[in-house]
Amino acid sequence: MEQKTKIAAENGKHDLMITREFELPLDLLFRAYIDPEVIGEWMTSKVVKLENKKGGSYQLEKKDDNGNVVFAAGGVIHEFIPEKKIIRTFEMANAPAGVQLEVYQFERLTDDTSKLTMHVIYESVAQRDQVMGWGFAPGINMAHDRIEKFMSTVK
Amino acid sequence: MNLRRDVFQAIADPTRRAILLLVASQAMSAGAIASNFDTARPTVSKHLAILTECELLSQEQNGREIYYHINATKMKEVADFIEPFRKMWDDRFNKIEAIMKKYKTK
Repeated sequence: MEQKTKIAAENGKHDLMITREFELPLDLLFRAYIDPEVIGEWMTSKVVKLENKKGGSYQLEKKDDNGNVVFAAGGVIHEFIPEKKIIRTFEMANAPAGVQLEVYQFERLTDDTSKLTMHVIYESVAQRDQVMGWGFAPGINMAHDRIEKFMSTVK
Repeated sequence: MNLRRDVFQAIADPTRRAILLLVASQAMSAGAIASNFDTARPTVSKHLAILTECELLSQEQNGREIYYHINATKMKEVADFIEPFRKMWDDRFNKIEAIMKKYKTK
């Protein structure tokens, strides 16, 4: 079965592409990204601020039962074309993940289906790889090398 | 000393990806693989050496020719590497889809 969500990330680059086809009409898909109530629902965070316009900004926050902030993120909106395109920055507070630039392209496929293409650009290759969990790659290769060395001494 | 090559470095190259696609359907000799590319034969040989070194391809002597096979296990390992990250996004998008379908019927 073909996967609905695809990720393309070339080695040694500091960006990645995420594509997904939705069984949703374009207007509903777009609404999922601009309606504070809806965003709150799928992000399981409260939308503290959201200005859907060029130069606007947004803030998300999640609190635990005691009112402590457990997640906070935000950024600036650089481009806002309804049902077409959003360019924004995204930064998590108190996390060493840096700032990422996100380019969202919304496309109509049919009356009932639509497609989202996300181009995410990170500050560095290392940062992107860390976010993707590729930071573990050297460790795995080293372990593999050790196993191989051990096996060759056994032979 | 022969340093282990990075698998991701190996698959980042478009020619090497093309070679993997080609060999995925059937084992082929170096000559047969090279005949599919305009690139000079030694260049193709170098690509084959890199792919073999990082175990994406394995060699098998067949008469006078060496045949290259795809190493499915290693290929899967490479694909799996990105899988947790892809799954995370897939789950998130599935959630959006489910939530928005609710609004659709309203």
